Amino acid sequence: MAIIQSNDCLIPLIYKMSVDFTGAVLPGQFFMLRAWDKDPLLSRPISVHDYEAGQLTFLYQVVGKGTEILSQLKSGDNVEIQGPYGNGFPEINGDLCVVGGGIGVAPLHYLVKKYKENNPWGTCRVYLGFRENSYGVEAYESMADEVILDIGGIITNKLKVNPNEVVMTCGPEMLMAAVAKMVPLENKVYVSMEAHMACGIGACLGCTCETKSGNKKVCKDGPVFLREEVFYE
Amino acid sequence: MSKCLETMFNEILFRNPVIPASGTFGFGREYEAFYDLERLGGLCTKGLTLEPRVGNKGIRLWETPAGLMNSIGLENPGIDAFIKNEWPHLKDINTVTIINVGGKDEDSYLKAIEKLNLVDAQLIELNISCPNVKSGGMAYGIKAATAGEITKKVVEISKHPIMVKLSPNGDAISDIALACEAAGAKGISLINTLQGMAIDYKKKSAVFNNLYAGLSGPAVKPIALRMTHQVCQTVTIPVMAMGGISTWEDALEFIMAGATCIQMGTMNFNNPLAPIEVIEGLENYCQKEGLSNISEIRGII
Repeated sequence: MAIIQSNDCLIPLIYKMSVDFTGAVLPGQFFMLRAWDKDPLLSRPISVHDYEAGQLTFLYQVVGKGTEILSQLKSGDNVEIQGPYGNGFPEINGDLCVVGGGIGVAPLHYLVKKYKENNPWGTCRVYLGFRENSYGVEAYESMADEVILDIGGIITNKLKVNPNEVVMTCGPEMLMAAVAKMVPLENKVYVSMEAHMACGIGACLGCTCETKSGNKKVCKDGPVFLREEVFYE
Repeated sequence: MSKCLETMFNEILFRNPVIPASGTFGFGREYEAFYDLERLGGLCTKGLTLEPRVGNKGIRLWETPAGLMNSIGLENPGIDAFIKNEWPHLKDINTVTIINVGGKDEDSYLKAIEKLNLVDAQLIELNISCPNVKSGGMAYGIKAATAGEITKKVVEISKHPIMVKLSPNGDAISDIALACEAAGAKGISLINTLQGMAIDYKKKSAVFNNLYAGLSGPAVKPIALRMTHQVCQTVTIPVMAMGGISTWEDALEFIMAGATCIQMGTMNFNNPLAPIEVIEGLENYCQKEGLSNISEIRGII
């Protein structure tokens, strides 16, 4: 159980929730959230948007019954959180280029923040694509060296990757597939996959993702994979 | 520790009648982070087949009101890899390990069973009821005659006692149970998932690549309870019941309907501690009701 500090609507259907939590959390990891008994039956996997000791923040979109219930919670309410789960994005030494689309931008905030903490001299460029309205962009402007925004178009049309950059992306699979295809093979690319999950801990085999080296569990082996593992055809 | 939940299932002693169900518990490892597996009555492995299987493509999970549909398709590492990588870990856990075995034809069932003769397990759960594999076990499990035939052949060559896991999707379930008992099964487990269907109206397509999938979770409990009662009225071998059990009260209802043990599946996803909470709830119930053993209320309905 965690106590909710705040749960605010940023734009219609997009919410930001902060809860009391202290523990080791990596960028790209997720928690299983629930604030209900048996309907819906399952918890909701929500990625970490931000973390500092005592405060864990999620950015989420209301898409169904579970996230609808989450969106109605108020500060002071309890929410059950299980985690952190998953491998998360790796730490790197070179420059970083992140590409996010839609609610896939959620885990990138903490990623960029940790990168800048660990690599104060490294360069971080951020590409963010949204369909209609953007959210959370200002936070990147204070952290990243460059923010490239696209609303209503195709963010990957603007994407130019520098030779020394590692690319990390999260968003619709089409976006990640496009990133995987267009970034030169010399650059490392990490993609954060999404799947329907039941357990979140690797037991149900519901979130299996086909990879070059056989089936992998998005929840436990991922959600972050190397480009060549997932987009190999 | 109180012995009020100790349960004999045939000649096997379970410290309590609560067992996580096949396919919801991996090979146990994932849940070791939540509790000591030795608190469980037993555990049931992910369904194994002779050869490794990659399982089904496409969406594998779909929620329904108080239920969950799945189409995993028996993804598993195969018997050999299980014996090499998982069994050494499992065999040292002091609880009853039940090995779940599926197959696509008689030959694959029998070869798998033969290989398992090399390990010292306590009980094999013969899966003749997976609804998610086209050429899969359910073909055997929906007719009493074929269920009896495959059970008989397996029982003949297995050094382990065989418990047959029945499908709710075929002939009258008590007829199938009776055929399995006559074929030498030492126990019956039921129910596997109910075959269902999901359509994504937005995409104008079926959700699952296989079209149909298995429904489980609290939504199926009344059906599972009815079938448990019918089978317990029919056979004399013990029954391990499952289907939507989410609380100790649910577990108690199945025991009152005649079940010797109960399995918990989908609820492990809702609450990883669910089996432990059920064990504690049943213990409290025995104390409160002054039962020296849970068996005193078994089959009272």
